[in-house]
Amino acid sequence: MSPRKRACTPPRRAVRVNEEATVTLQTNAPGARTDTGPYHEGVVKAFVLAALAWGVIGFMAGDFIAWQLAFPALNLDTPWTTFGRVRPLHTSVVIFAFGGNVLLGTSLYVVQRTSRAALYGGPLLAWIVFWGYQGFLLLAGSGYLMGITQSREYAEPEWYADLYLAVVWLLYLTIFAGTLIKRREPHIYVANWFYLAFIITVALLHLGNNMALPVVLFGGDSWTKSYSFFAGVQDAMTQWWYGHNAVGFFLTAGFLAIMYYFVPKQAQRPVYSYRLSIVHFWALIFLYIWAGPHHLHHTALPDWTQTLGMVFSIMLWMPSWGGMINGLMTLSGAWDKLRTDPVLRFLVVSIAFYGMSTFEGPMMAIKAVNALSHYTDWTVGHVHSGALGWVAFISFGSLYYLVPVLWKRPGLYSVPLVSLHFWIATIGIVLYITAMWVSGIMQGLMWRAYDEMGFLQYSFLESVKAMHPYYVIRATGGLLFVAGALIMVYNLARTIAGSARPAEARPTPAEASAAS
Amino acid sequence: MSIVRHHERLETSVLLLVVGIILTVIIGGIVEIVPLFTIASTIEKVDGVRPYTPLELAGRDIYVREGCYACHSQMIRPFRDELERYGHYSLAAESMYDHPFQWGSKRTGPDLARVGGKYSHEWHRRHLINPRSVVPESVMPGYPHLMRDLDYHDIDAHLRTLSHLRVPYDGLEGAIEHAREDLEAQADPTADKTDLKARYPKVATGDFDGVPDRITEMDALVAYLQMLGTLVDFTTFDPARAGAVR
Repeated sequence: MSPRKRACTPPRRAVRVNEEATVTLQTNAPGARTDTGPYHEGVVKAFVLAALAWGVIGFMAGDFIAWQLAFPALNLDTPWTTFGRVRPLHTSVVIFAFGGNVLLGTSLYVVQRTSRAALYGGPLLAWIVFWGYQGFLLLAGSGYLMGITQSREYAEPEWYADLYLAVVWLLYLTIFAGTLIKRREPHIYVANWFYLAFIITVALLHLGNNMALPVVLFGGDSWTKSYSFFAGVQDAMTQWWYGHNAVGFFLTAGFLAIMYYFVPKQAQRPVYSYRLSIVHFWALIFLYIWAGPHHLHHTALPDWTQTLGMVFSIMLWMPSWGGMINGLMTLSGAWDKLRTDPVLRFLVVSIAFYGMSTFEGPMMAIKAVNALSHYTDWTVGHVHSGALGWVAFISFGSLYYLVPVLWKRPGLYSVPLVSLHFWIATIGIVLYITAMWVSGIMQGLMWRAYDEMGFLQYSFLESVKAMHPYYVIRATGGLLFVAGALIMVYNLARTIAGSARPAEARPTPAEASAAS
Repeated sequence: MSIVRHHERLETSVLLLVVGIILTVIIGGIVEIVPLFTIASTIEKVDGVRPYTPLELAGRDIYVREGCYACHSQMIRPFRDELERYGHYSLAAESMYDHPFQWGSKRTGPDLARVGGKYSHEWHRRHLINPRSVVPESVMPGYPHLMRDLDYHDIDAHLRTLSHLRVPYDGLEGAIEHAREDLEAQADPTADKTDLKARYPKVATGDFDGVPDRITEMDALVAYLQMLGTLVDFTTFDPARAGAVR
């Protein structure tokens, strides 16, 4: 059964929606240059360039601290280069600077195309958001290196940076929702539901988790220090309500939106199932919020909260795989393109990694499994199979798609280089996550091992020593991932510079479909 | 199909979609977070937990500043091996004055919830300056810069801020007014510690950094580490009486 037929199986109204989506897709194909007039694309270009720059910085910072764990002399004995200060720099730069710029850029691109409307507020408001957001990233990132932090994972920026970001974020919401309101399409396209859920929920999480009293209000001299509203158990729950949903809404809902636009575009196929997208959208955003307590299993958080978190985390498996199925099955009838189109390969493999880590996550949320995995490298490996495999790969796919379109180039400078990037990065990820599975499970088992006399078999230090080879393998994997990203930057820079080699250039989807 | 027909209303109206999203995502957080403030058994009733001394608080701020939570947990789980390795499992009450909490999420290094009193001040000082001088296989960074002078001129403002967040410094007579004196008394081996000990029972005092005539960041951080997990007397702790539901 062809995907077109599948889309026809639901009743008539669904057909209509799918047809609209398809029509939009076809009229907006990169080969069709007629629709580029009214859209504001300058700011989208800036977000793309910012994502590339921050991506390289963030990946390098991550690999640097990975080598620090293998060779601690690399901490360099200065206050600014220790693991404790660079680690939040790494996490914030990859999540909020690389991922954030990809999300903001693609969302402003997609919302215009799928609404057939230029950005609300015009270029000025969009540029304010662009520079406002980069300013936040610089303010937060430089603060970490100076020791300015709230110590809340993925919410480390202090109160003044948080307030500033809240303003920028509301302007971003204004642009996005405003553009939707003035759309010339009757329906809001599915990618935009996900973008909207991402923008709104991140705003709620940000405001809820960062409530703090600055000492400067009570006679303190430091403008950069505050104390969180909540303490202990309530503070932990609030933080992981935020922390897990930074994953759920920033790194999942937002990137699912990217999937729902760029996979159909690159594959030249309509989304597999409209009904599935409705069901998994609402189920995903409802269930995700409950999953936070699985970060606090067996802690002083009350049992009832832990159990709720576990149950909802397991249920979350279903809508997650609903998204995976909808993404992968969009390839129906176009699987052959994976052989010739490495950009599509990035997009499809990212969905496969999404499926893998959204199975692993619910499994690790089971309290008995978590008793072994918590506090170990297994968690770190899990995060990176999602972050490198899903978030970064789908970002790479969308960036490879966007650059020739935005800069109006006939194609990418080199398709073989995309393929090289794909394989280097994939090998890097495999080294990373397998090393962390082994080291994480080994750590967990060593900590709980007893000898035949009934004594603990290993000191903590022995578990530290045992990690060394895996830390070297992990850092090597990271190095490959960085190398792949540098290849991408080179390839895209040559593309922007206009050095596309027509013989090698990827056929634009329009040309491809004309040829078939 | 009804789901598709009904959904049309949501996906053709930005307002309805926004309201729908907000209602959908807000439920889980409310159900899981709000009761933690209202159910009394969430935090056990135990004796001994007190606010941090000014020096310990300054040390805790350094612990936060340096990102120690990235590698060290402060949350012992109720497992046999953790009890033997680290001590009694952590109580919610033990972090009830922790703004923010420092439970951590990773043990690249060991748990620190009960590290207080396990090593000498001298060991901590050497270990923090160069971890491999006392633990050759350690992968921890060195922190030689902690030997600089501690800036505590506005420490009273930090206590005042926390007292507005219901940390009971107001209940400790003179704690905020005499914060600076208390801080100096804790780190100065020759100072009179009567008031300090009256306000903060079980306080560890002395020359933490090996430099008696200066108060350094090392003094503060070691003072903080030396109090971790020492406040509750677990020889007399009875989970049933404390109302601990775990």
